[in-house]
Amino acid sequence: MTTRLPPPKKKDPVARTRAPTQPPGNRSREAQGLTAMAAVGRFALQVCADCGQVQYPPRQVCGRCLGDDLPWRDVNPMGALLAETKLHHANDLFFRDRVPWRLGVVGMDAGPSVVAHLAEDCRQGQRVKLSLNLDRGGHAVMNARPETSGPNEEDDMQLRELSMAPKDRRVLIVNGKTELGLALARAFLAAGAREIYAGHSEPWKASPSLETLKSLDGVTLFPLDVTDTDSVGELAAVLGGKVEILLNNSYHLRPGGAVDRMDMNVSREEMDIHYFGLLRLAGTFGPAMRARGADGEHGACAWVNVLSAYAQVNNPAFGTYSASQAAARSLAQCLRAEMSAGGVRVVNAYIGPLDDEWHQMVPPPKLAPDMVAGRIVDALQKGREDLAIGAVAEEIAERLAANPKEIEREIKL
Amino acid sequence: MARMDYQGIAVCVPVTIPYSRYSLRGAHWFCGRALAELIKGAGIAKHDVDGFCISSFTLAPDSAVGLTQHLGVSPRWLDHIPMGGASGAVALRRAARAVQCGDAEIVACIAGDTNHVDSFRNTIASFSQFANDAVYPYGSGGPNASFAFLTGHYMRQYGARREDFGKLCIAQRDNALATPHAMMKRPLSLDDYLHARPIADPLCLFDCVMPCAGAEAFLVMPSARAKALGLPFATILSTIERHNAYPDDPIQIRGGWAMDVDDFYDHAGVGAADMDFLQAYDDYPVICFMQIEDLGFCGKGEAAEFVREHDLTTAGDFPFNTSGGQLSVGQAGAAGGSLGLVEAIRQLTDQCLGTVVANARFGLASCFGMINYDRGLCSSAAILARSQR
Repeated sequence: MTTRLPPPKKKDPVARTRAPTQPPGNRSREAQGLTAMAAVGRFALQVCADCGQVQYPPRQVCGRCLGDDLPWRDVNPMGALLAETKLHHANDLFFRDRVPWRLGVVGMDAGPSVVAHLAEDCRQGQRVKLSLNLDRGGHAVMNARPETSGPNEEDDMQLRELSMAPKDRRVLIVNGKTELGLALARAFLAAGAREIYAGHSEPWKASPSLETLKSLDGVTLFPLDVTDTDSVGELAAVLGGKVEILLNNSYHLRPGGAVDRMDMNVSREEMDIHYFGLLRLAGTFGPAMRARGADGEHGACAWVNVLSAYAQVNNPAFGTYSASQAAARSLAQCLRAEMSAGGVRVVNAYIGPLDDEWHQMVPPPKLAPDMVAGRIVDALQKGREDLAIGAVAEEIAERLAANPKEIEREIKL
Repeated sequence: MARMDYQGIAVCVPVTIPYSRYSLRGAHWFCGRALAELIKGAGIAKHDVDGFCISSFTLAPDSAVGLTQHLGVSPRWLDHIPMGGASGAVALRRAARAVQCGDAEIVACIAGDTNHVDSFRNTIASFSQFANDAVYPYGSGGPNASFAFLTGHYMRQYGARREDFGKLCIAQRDNALATPHAMMKRPLSLDDYLHARPIADPLCLFDCVMPCAGAEAFLVMPSARAKALGLPFATILSTIERHNAYPDDPIQIRGGWAMDVDDFYDHAGVGAADMDFLQAYDDYPVICFMQIEDLGFCGKGEAAEFVREHDLTTAGDFPFNTSGGQLSVGQAGAAGGSLGLVEAIRQLTDQCLGTVVANARFGLASCFGMINYDRGLCSSAAILARSQR
């Protein structure tokens, strides 16, 4: 049975913080296909279009018939654990810091033999289930777990090194005044978060969500206005060394595009909150979190941006809003690259319209904030990095992959 | 078409450039010093060597080509074998055919590598595309992890025990005590072996070779030339090589030798029972067990029993890795693939540096290399005989 993770202790202020290192990240172009699958939580391998042979490790040419059409297809993740070892010695710094480390060879039902990280409860000879997850460097790795998960599986240290599990971690919710902010707080507390810090701005404006949030055990409120560089900087000085998961959930939605509603003030506010807001958070919280990426079992691990699905393709009904979300998305990619040096992963959650006051005029389907929060917790537990939440976001992702011109002309969502 | 024999070919001048744990020198130095020892030992001039077969991991960015200019040689036949531990017997068979066909007169087969403080990690961190993509990111254990899998699986499959692997390692250590350049010069007890520092379960410290710097080399030439030079030489009865054997085995339980073993002994005209010693590739003991099986000394899965029943020291009834092998002498990169072959030449030409197999007439040297992904891909072997002089 997986060993239970001891609860985090108060940090010794004179102890050295372990500097972050990255797992080996040298991958071929073909292997980046695994990363694409892991990022969205699929278990897919190359399958030869001509002969059906499942390929692993990724190849350029089929190992059986030499065909070069090797599309990525979902495959059966089950197999048998043929061999296992526990490494007491590693050549690279990342694993040297983390030995003993378990790994095994899985004979997949689909054919190939796969070297995989092993969950604590896996035993040689038994059936196991493989998954593709992103490691601390953002590269896909194979993980094997028992066919049925045992108790405390989420405490498995190796899985925890690969996932961004909220359990025992301290979470900053940037905007605690929205229904989504409240839903996130509840979901992260339910997932075992150690503490929730919730930001709030515009004190003259009442918020029933904030009132409820205040009453929850484990939640502390802090003034935070992402449009004010000083405010962000001050909070980072207080909390930067404690935040292990940052949830950037601010949004500012007003309808209107460029020709039909040329409103510089609204457009500036959108950019100020979505783009510059992210930039201010990144520049202040980013360095502190990145430095704590390897700080024991409870180090900083994730930065989540709740973005609109319209960040990926402009919806003219919310034209300037979409554009500011696209700017934030681009900056998030930059943030992802910069944070990866510390092993802190940047997760982008693309959502469709929320069922809140600002989306009053948008027809359903609309997303319940609780559902969005639940999906974000799940993605962190499973180590995903891009997620489309809800029917609208999923449809946009699918249509973009199929034909970007079609959705550009006919978005109507 | 029937395979040609290796009539008229001599294998001679076994050379070892003594090993060191780390070296500031490069692979060029080890290969160059090996060539110097070869021509000194043969009593020939540098330009008499007109063929080269080179194997090295650490020559980069050079290959055998760059080495020709570095060493100031102008060969008419040049080969670079990227097969690591399998390179010895492969170099031998290629050189032998080149000499037999007249494409070269004297071929120097040289395998050498340096070991800088960080070069082993660099070698394994970018060993192959499959290893980069699908092995090294999993704990960065290198060959220790791969052989831990094969060893654990083999033990479970065939009931081999750590004590059985230990007996082999201890016998090799006994052999090594007389080898001047062996890195490990202290006797090994079963207790030392069993209770050594764990490396990658079930492997402990003495299951693993020590990476070091060094070179192994020999010459291949017409026997008439060897006689004219007054050089003691061995002859070649047969050789085999095989790559990516048994790709459908879900995990490696045998090497390519098993595919070719019948042809091997048929071609040689002698059998496993005729061998006076076996020099097997030994970066980890489990691969020795597989060679003992796959080369026909016992049945599949019976190596543990075989080892229990035999004395593997040089003076014993199954002389095995008589110089101490890589496990006790050290693994000088690609030179590990020629260590056994060079020792076989020594035993059959009475030029031993350490222990001597009495009246050895036939010997087998077997090579293995290149864990590209989950298994070693290259296997080779050669049967050598004492020349009738």
